[in-house]
Amino acid sequence: MMFDDVRDLYQTIILERSRNPRHMHSMDPFDAAADGDNPLCGDRLTVRLRYDAEHRIAEAAFEARGCAISMASADLMADVVQGRSADEVRRLADAFGKLVRTGATEDGAMDPLLPLAGVCEYPSRIKCATLPWVALTAALAGRQEASSEQR
Amino acid sequence: MNQILSLHAKNFDVEAIRTNFPILSQTIRGKRFVFLDSAASAQKPNAVIDAMANTMRTQYANVHRGLHWMSERTTDAYEAVRDKVASLLNAGSRDEIVFTRNATEAFNLVAHSFGRGVLKPGQAVVISQMEHHANLVPWQMLRDAHGIELRIAAITDAGELDMSALARTLEDGRVGLVSVTHMSNVLGTCNPVARVAAMAHAAGARVLFDGSQATVHRAIDVQAIDADFYVFTGHKLYGPTGIGVLYGRRELLEMMPPFMGGGDMIGTVSFERSTWAEVPHKFEAGTPAIVEAIGLGAAIDYVNAIGMDKIEAHEAALTEHALVRLSQIPALRIIGSAQDRGGVISFTLTGAHAHDVATLLDRNGIAVRAGNHCAEPLMRRLGLDSTARASFGIYTTHDEIDVLAQTLEKISGFFAKTGAA
Repeated sequence: MMFDDVRDLYQTIILERSRNPRHMHSMDPFDAAADGDNPLCGDRLTVRLRYDAEHRIAEAAFEARGCAISMASADLMADVVQGRSADEVRRLADAFGKLVRTGATEDGAMDPLLPLAGVCEYPSRIKCATLPWVALTAALAGRQEASSEQR
Repeated sequence: MNQILSLHAKNFDVEAIRTNFPILSQTIRGKRFVFLDSAASAQKPNAVIDAMANTMRTQYANVHRGLHWMSERTTDAYEAVRDKVASLLNAGSRDEIVFTRNATEAFNLVAHSFGRGVLKPGQAVVISQMEHHANLVPWQMLRDAHGIELRIAAITDAGELDMSALARTLEDGRVGLVSVTHMSNVLGTCNPVARVAAMAHAAGARVLFDGSQATVHRAIDVQAIDADFYVFTGHKLYGPTGIGVLYGRRELLEMMPPFMGGGDMIGTVSFERSTWAEVPHKFEAGTPAIVEAIGLGAAIDYVNAIGMDKIEAHEAALTEHALVRLSQIPALRIIGSAQDRGGVISFTLTGAHAHDVATLLDRNGIAVRAGNHCAEPLMRRLGLDSTARASFGIYTTHDEIDVLAQTLEKISGFFAKTGAA
């Protein structure tokens, strides 16, 4: 089958989450939000957050029209960050950046994101996977806009 | 050279042409390399590669300043390319050809030297909705720095210039320049540039045409279309990167101040003041892209040896074939339906984002572009985030288009099947 060698990238869970994301909706009210923009390819998404009493993420949601990789990454991200503090999320964002660049992670908390490890074989797609995290960390920092081309 | 001459004698032989491009014989991930991204940058024939290597091996020194044999020979070779470009565009004079780094620099040159030096605050520049960022951002910068209004002429849903919308932008007589593309890098649309020039001139405006795509696909005659400025880049015309061209009507170039200052663009220099060299050297500050210019000259010789008319016919047949084959794929939508179009086709595939389409094509050895194609406002006008784009060159075959269509059919099935939940 001609697409066998892309199964490492387009795992079933990626295709399933991109088609039927669980966290794609317009959260209202919300406590923080940021737009992520990849000007090179035209992808855009919005991440919104609600905090609990301890300022942990009670819920994360996103809205986007993007490729399968960015959609699945955003949806899995929203799973993983629930109940976590801003510091924990920033640590995960760094670990995720490393995962999609190298294909490996030593952080057990990253297990649900391992289906995206295959992105490391596709350098031009790394920014698709990291854009949701760029927007999320911007929202945590109180910024409303983030670009894949800025740090 | 014999190879080129033998091509000239025969009819268009795409297999013979392909042997001139060494990169095309590679395999990518074990698959035959199908390169359908020439609109982004074209591959290079041996004639160009050899001309540049031979220059550096045997005939290289700085130009316009050496009182020695090697510099004189290199200057001759560099300046000969100006004649070749003038002939390619049918310019009235070689002095109307300015070498730049690329088309983007040529736009910036006009925006700076004509925009600030000739246009007056309160005047307007008109571009269209289908322009590349290179023909938008310099005018935004001019607007903000110099009080020039920027007007955007609409396009139709078919992806053609809306000529009545263009006429409306010209009505108040305040437009100093109309700058539109000769051929869209997204839609493939070829615009009626002679008509645009006539309308602009009747309204007292000058015209600049972006020939980055058109120069590759058809013969250009800047006098026949009555262009005031015309820009293109070498690397899309099978030449190297780092060399572009601005054609400008002599009387305009003469009234424009320099773009950048430095060596090679001056008459006399003292600590108090300097005078400028004559056109076109006034606009070529610093050591130019000597080797790249010579490479561009070789590229022009190469396409001329094949024949621009034959290239145009080959690409028209390819485009026709591709439009038929791609329109047979139910989930595929071709963006734009201009009557006059070149070998650039943008499309979307239902259920599959353009990036995913491009990645799956790439895994099968097929190179296309995906994204907004440096035309983000056009994407918004079309209601799209991104498209995939296949673009053709002299080395593209009908068989490659069939491979593209067959692979797209399978990709469409891949996402339709696995996406169902």
